[in-house]
Amino acid sequence: MKLLQIATQLAVALLLPPLLLGVIVKVKAFFAGRVGAPLLQLYRDVWKLWRKGSVFSTTTTWVFKAGPVVNLVAVLLMPLGTHRALLSFAGDAILFAYLLALGRFFTIVAALDTGSSFEGMGAAREATFSALAEPGLFLGLMALARKSGSVSLSQMLGPKLLDAWFDSGGALVLVIASFFVVLLAENSRIPFDDPNTHLELTMIHEVMVLDHSGPALGMILYGAALKLFLLGALIARLVTPISTGNPWLDWLVFVVAMVGLSGLVGIVESTMARLRLLHLPRLLVAASIISVFAIILAR
Amino acid sequence: MIAWFVLVAIGLVAASGVPGLFFARSSSAGERIAVGMLSSAAALALFAIGHVVISGAAAELSLSWAVPGGALSIRIDALAAFFLVPIFAISALGAIYGLEYWAQAQQQQNGRRLRLVYGLIVAGLAITTVAANGMLFLAGWEVMTLAAFVAIGTEDHLPGTRAASYLYLVATRVGTLCLFAMFALIYGSTRSFALVHMDWLTPGPATAIFVLGLLGFGIKAGVMPLHIWLPSAHAAAPSHVSALMSGVLIKIGIYGLVRTLSLLPTPPVWWAVLLLSLGGVSGVLGVAFAIGQHDIKRLLAYHSIENIGIILLGIGVAVLGRALHRPELVVLGLAGGLLHVWNHGLFKGLLFLSAGAVIHACHTREIDQLGGLLPKMPRTSILFLIGAVAICGLPPLNGFVSELLVYLGLFDAARSSQAEVWLAPSLAAAALALIGGLALACFVKVFGAAFLGHRRSNHSAAAHDGGGLLLAPMGVLAACCMVIGLAPATIARFLNLAVAVFGPVPTSSSLQALAPFSYLSLASAILLACALGGGALLARRLQSGTSAGLTWDCGYVAPGKRMQYSSSSFAEMLVGLFQWALRPKVHRERVPGFFPRPTRFASQVDDAVLDQLLRPAIASVGGWLNRLRWLQPGSLNLYLLYVVFALVLGLVWARGVHPQ
Repeated sequence: MKLLQIATQLAVALLLPPLLLGVIVKVKAFFAGRVGAPLLQLYRDVWKLWRKGSVFSTTTTWVFKAGPVVNLVAVLLMPLGTHRALLSFAGDAILFAYLLALGRFFTIVAALDTGSSFEGMGAAREATFSALAEPGLFLGLMALARKSGSVSLSQMLGPKLLDAWFDSGGALVLVIASFFVVLLAENSRIPFDDPNTHLELTMIHEVMVLDHSGPALGMILYGAALKLFLLGALIARLVTPISTGNPWLDWLVFVVAMVGLSGLVGIVESTMARLRLLHLPRLLVAASIISVFAIILAR
Repeated sequence: MIAWFVLVAIGLVAASGVPGLFFARSSSAGERIAVGMLSSAAALALFAIGHVVISGAAAELSLSWAVPGGALSIRIDALAAFFLVPIFAISALGAIYGLEYWAQAQQQQNGRRLRLVYGLIVAGLAITTVAANGMLFLAGWEVMTLAAFVAIGTEDHLPGTRAASYLYLVATRVGTLCLFAMFALIYGSTRSFALVHMDWLTPGPATAIFVLGLLGFGIKAGVMPLHIWLPSAHAAAPSHVSALMSGVLIKIGIYGLVRTLSLLPTPPVWWAVLLLSLGGVSGVLGVAFAIGQHDIKRLLAYHSIENIGIILLGIGVAVLGRALHRPELVVLGLAGGLLHVWNHGLFKGLLFLSAGAVIHACHTREIDQLGGLLPKMPRTSILFLIGAVAICGLPPLNGFVSELLVYLGLFDAARSSQAEVWLAPSLAAAALALIGGLALACFVKVFGAAFLGHRRSNHSAAAHDGGGLLLAPMGVLAACCMVIGLAPATIARFLNLAVAVFGPVPTSSSLQALAPFSYLSLASAILLACALGGGALLARRLQSGTSAGLTWDCGYVAPGKRMQYSSSSFAEMLVGLFQWALRPKVHRERVPGFFPRPTRFASQVDDAVLDQLLRPAIASVGGWLNRLRWLQPGSLNLYLLYVVFALVLGLVWARGVHPQ
């Protein structure tokens, strides 16, 4: 039974992420009055890219190839923010944030390896906005730690979460708001970045991976989906604090919540425009301040 | 007996530069003897330290000394031993590096002088660390401080170097003055210069001692508003001296602070809040200033300020734990801070040495003049990359372990329900998170601009890896970074013993019980294995079907090296966000018409605290004091008269105070 549980968690964590991006695309297509790409398009893309050839710039070195690998590995090892984690220890919430940073380090370095000024610009923006998003994430985690008395994700989001909602629901609402802004920033979604516009100077993540092709690009796409999934899992669990006692039902609730969250991201993308670049730091600082209020309310 | 080992080691390092003075300037015998003496001293000292750690008992030695109030009493407890390890190890590695970097044959003007003071710095540091007497402490402190002044001024034919060393000298005089006052207060309270516990001290004198210590030690450590000497001194010194200064010398300030705090009675909460605030300010502004720098060594120097901030955050948590009688906070905070002392010594030493190798090969410190070094200097590049990942506090390397301990302490402290207790740690954790993000931005900037892409000037055209003497010390440092990252449990015992010096710790809150070391090792090992496995998988997949091309530049067919994003462009947005503190100077010419002529752009981030705060303040005070100039007309007779007056007044006062 235990083994089956582990297998389920691995299956959900490894197979669900590309679907979420499919959901976002479908929602956006619905708002635009189009049919949109199939839900499972990203699975096909990743599979196709893995079998394709690739072109490497003569400027690049091994760092360019190491970037996608380290990013993917770092994201794969990030602890899953549910109450049923495979492995949990005091401080895994901090490991979560720092693995995210490790992936970012190598993605940026790989972008700079091309010597292209486009990718340099994207890299500089990614570094800047992610640095400003860190306090928001940590202050949110701090609020959860204060509430749960633990620095482990599976305790923070554990069975006592429902009591926490009754106890100080306001704090959790603020944490969710802050995490949602961090999610949008870390995954370069609207209003931070428009993932659809290739080759425009206003982009962050997409422009950093402009030179990657073939299997490496596949790894990047899959890594990006995983990142959305893992940050989203925090929010999904906060929104659905119930533990039914039946693991299968719990997983079902989790998957539904994740799909719902992707739908919300899609709605945000359909109804909002990208903010001006200079206004983005304010939004991130606002997320931090919201988290500070959450800490004050988390009693 | 064990203390004698350390004493002999100190004697060896102190004398390490002396034999060289008896050889010809062109002879390399002196430097080899010096390296031999420093290495054997390191071996002796490490053996003694190993004994202290295994036995768990402090080694003591007391000899008489003719200085009034002084005694040659040394005491090597676990805390002193913990600081002695980097002092001896990094100095020996730096000396080996110096054999090639600052070879006597090439540096005949100043090589022997540098070697003489190098040994004296190390000896001074070691004496300060083991001193159990205030006089001996100050003697070691002054030897180290003044020797470092000479070492910073090694290239004293350059005006910038002279300015940097004088600035350092002035700053250290202020610091030493504070320490004199502090030890005088301690003497006033205890009637002795012996460094003993002062648990019975009332809050008034205790606070005065703490504040003076914070000022005096803070100037040496480079805590943010007191850091003014640090960036230019680190940039001016030869790279292996910079590594010693940044990795070891400024930590003596931390040692002094921790030692003083350990002697004082239970602190009030506001000391901890002050330490946490100073740590947060040093950390965030240190890294913000670093992002604006163009000189690779100045940039690394500002990162030292940042890391001192992180260490102060750890110490702040420990002080909070003592104030609230919560031993688990003491353990997590102090262990995190102390481990970061080692870690910073390792990765900052590595970064300064690899930056030195780049400067050695390219003859410039300007980041925007480098570029494309990775294919030319593959080994140096990978060593710099290891240092960069470590200093950003990323897993699986050592920086993550110490930052995690500090985070755990901050999170633990923030769970308290008292408002004055939880607010500071919460904000400090946010500051630490911001520091991590900004450090990452800064080091991807340096690594990207200096080592990746095309070369940006002809400086790096003929660059190549240094010889074994340059690479081996860096390799050792990089290996240590990995070992601590992968197996942090190996030093848990040492840390526990060192923390116990600071305050009694029940076994239930030992470091092993509080920190998830085994999980960390597991996670780091899996991370490393998966990264290597993933790399191998991708490499196998890429064996066929790949082709080479140009970097995609939107169809533009002639992308050039000057079209690359420069390091100052990379930093521009962050410098803009921190404009209120950095006060960047931008020189921009107008671009008129549709077909403008060539134009210039320059930006610079100087030290705003020194230039905008201290210099104007000092200038106004100096202008005011000018009115007393008539007292100093420059006539020797008058000065002699002043001396006589002072003598007479002193005698009269002495008679009045102590009548026979």
